[in-house]
Parts: sequence; structure tokens; C-alpha cells
Amino acid sequence: MAGFVADNLRERFGDAIQKVLDEHGDLTVWVERDSVHELLEHCKGDEELSFEFCMDVTAVDYLDLGGEPRFAVVYHLYSLSTGKRLRVKTGVPEDEPVVDTATDVWKSTDWFEREVYDMFGIRFEGHPNMKRILCHHEFQGHALRKDYPADLRWKNAVPDDLVDEISAEEMERIRGRVQRRLSD
Amino acid sequence: MGLSDEARTVEAEDTVDARVEPPRSVFSTRLEKMVNWARSGSLWPLPFGTACCAIEFMSTVSSHYDLARFGAEVVRFSPRQSDLMIVAGTVVDKQGPILKLIYEQMCEPKWVISMGVCASSGGFYRAYHVMQGIDEVIPVDVYTPGCPPTPEGLIYAVMKIQEMIERGEPSRYQKIEAEKREAEAPRRQIVEV
Repeated sequence: MAGFVADNLRERFGDAIQKVLDEHGDLTVWVERDSVHELLEHCKGDEELSFEFCMDVTAVDYLDLGGEPRFAVVYHLYSLSTGKRLRVKTGVPEDEPVVDTATDVWKSTDWFEREVYDMFGIRFEGHPNMKRILCHHEFQGHALRKDYPADLRWKNAVPDDLVDEISAEEMERIRGRVQRRLSD
Repeated sequence: MGLSDEARTVEAEDTVDARVEPPRSVFSTRLEKMVNWARSGSLWPLPFGTACCAIEFMSTVSSHYDLARFGAEVVRFSPRQSDLMIVAGTVVDKQGPILKLIYEQMCEPKWVISMGVCASSGGFYRAYHVMQGIDEVIPVDVYTPGCPPTPEGLIYAVMKIQEMIERGEPSRYQKIEAEKREAEAPRRQIVEV
């Protein structure tokens, strides 16, 4: 008994839904990679579902479990109006680790997707600032991949630039404000 | 304290007429010794707190354990105003250059306490992201074990620094600088005729 969420998604996406698992009240939907963006948009926009809140985006490396494809990107959604939770999973192959970004659906996925990129090397197509978020700029490889040696470190001598995320116009605005304060 | 012993012996030698009692409000000593005594009793710590050790540091400087008893209660949050850096917590590789920069901004003489196992050796973070001991980037004078160390442990570390200063022992930083100068100094060449 997967409930109305699964029925709604099955009806709308049909064959693009690969698997629906409902264990202990946790609903998981496996979806094809090409349809994941559309499905997420539907999850947020559909009146019946209205998953307004994307709680987390993460990934799994199935290397040791012999998974095919190797990676899976996982979205955790929560609906504030219906109180339902949904886990959306999509398989990502090792040779082409790219998924469409969800930043245009939920703004909050910006940093989650950067974290997934940093840790697993899965790129998000269309992301406004696809770069590392946790590891430093001289880090090489992706630490949460199962074939990454657990204690392999990369030295860095220069601190990361923390201001580069501010857009040029925003920076100009801040400068102006500081200058006004100084001249007062 | 070692100062009074030294003062007494110097006094005895300097007094010409042993029958004349020297004024009690005056003593003579070496300037260096006097300065070291003052320094050891007025350490100004700079906390570089990144994890739970910083919480233990807070309880050390608070009223119950009261680091003020050791003259080290003036906690500064500017490296330019402090001479004892207490690195309390896990330092990740990304933070290494920041730690080094802050350390370099401190005026000499300066000392460093590595508080807890994470700062000392990486602790249980034997992983891709954690520095395996802050001595990879800055010289450390005293390592305090514990996860986190008890306030008594940190007080003991501060006392060790005080002892070091009173003895006139150079800090780890000074030793490293001296070694560098030694290595860079031009060597006298012996030319055989």
C-alpha cells in the first residue's frame, strides 16, 4: 500500500518509474535519470503532492555492492501541507556522472549538490556554481567514493577564497555601502 | 618562586658590610630573569577553538577552575594582543593556512599549546580531511592529551609553559628560528695553502 504519492507518480510518469519501495512507511521511488528533473518539478508543483521542502540531496556509491549503475543520487523530500515524506533515487553511471540540477526547483539544493559533487564527483548540469564546497581547492579526487583511500590527504598552502561566491554587482553594492559609511 | 632565591644570593654577595641590613623593599636580580618572571605570570591566551576542546577551555577560564590564578585570564581574540595560542580542537587541512596566518600575526615571544588529541595528532580522524597534528604548520610547545583534556590538564599545560618561561628556555618557535639562522649563516671556509 504505497498510498496516493506513489499512485500519482506512477500515473504521471509510467515507465520512467523503475521501482517503488515502501518499507516501514518510507516511500522510495527509483526514477530514470532523464526524467528526474521533471519528476522533482512535478513533486513540488503538483497540488496533491506539494513537496515544498527538499530536505537533503546526497549520493550513494554502490561499488562494493556491485551496483549497476555505480552511483545513485538521492533526494529527500518533505511536504509541509500533507506531512508526507518521499525519497527519490536515480542511478548515475560512472563514465558519465551528470544529473540535471534541481536548483531551479528548490534553491536550497545549491549547496547540497555542491557537496555531492565534492564527495562523489557527480556533476549537476545547470548548477550556477558547480565547485567544491567542503574540501579545499587543491584537493584531488572525491573522498566518499569507495575507491578513494580513506587517509589520502592533499596539502594546501593558500586559504580558499570565500568571497568569490558574491556576484560582481553585489560586491559593488557592498563597496558602495562601506564607502558611504566611511565618508559620513 | 625562583626569583626570590636568586635575589637572596645576589644580595649576600653585593652587601659590603654584612652588619648593615639592606633595605627590605629592594632586591637585585638580572633584568632577563625579572622580565621572564613577569611574562610567565601574565600570559594572554588566544583561543583557536574549533571543536569540543574549546568548551573545555571555556570552563578552564571560568570561575570554577579560574585560570586567573595563573595570571592567564585575559583572553584575547586578536593575535596581535596575545602571546599564548591555545589550539583547541580538530584542525582540517582547509583551515591549515588560516591557522598559520593567525599564528604569524602574533608578536614575539609566543607560545603554543596544542590542546587535545585532535590538535596534537589528528586524534581519531585518520582521514582525508584532517591535519595529523598542527605541528605540520606551526611550532608547538606543549601537547595536552585527552579527548577533550580536563581543565586540570589544560592548567597543567599552562603551568608547563610558565616553568619554561621562568627557566628562560627558548620557545619551540625561537629554537626553529635559531636553527634556520644557523643553517643560513655563511660557513667559514678553510683554504689549504
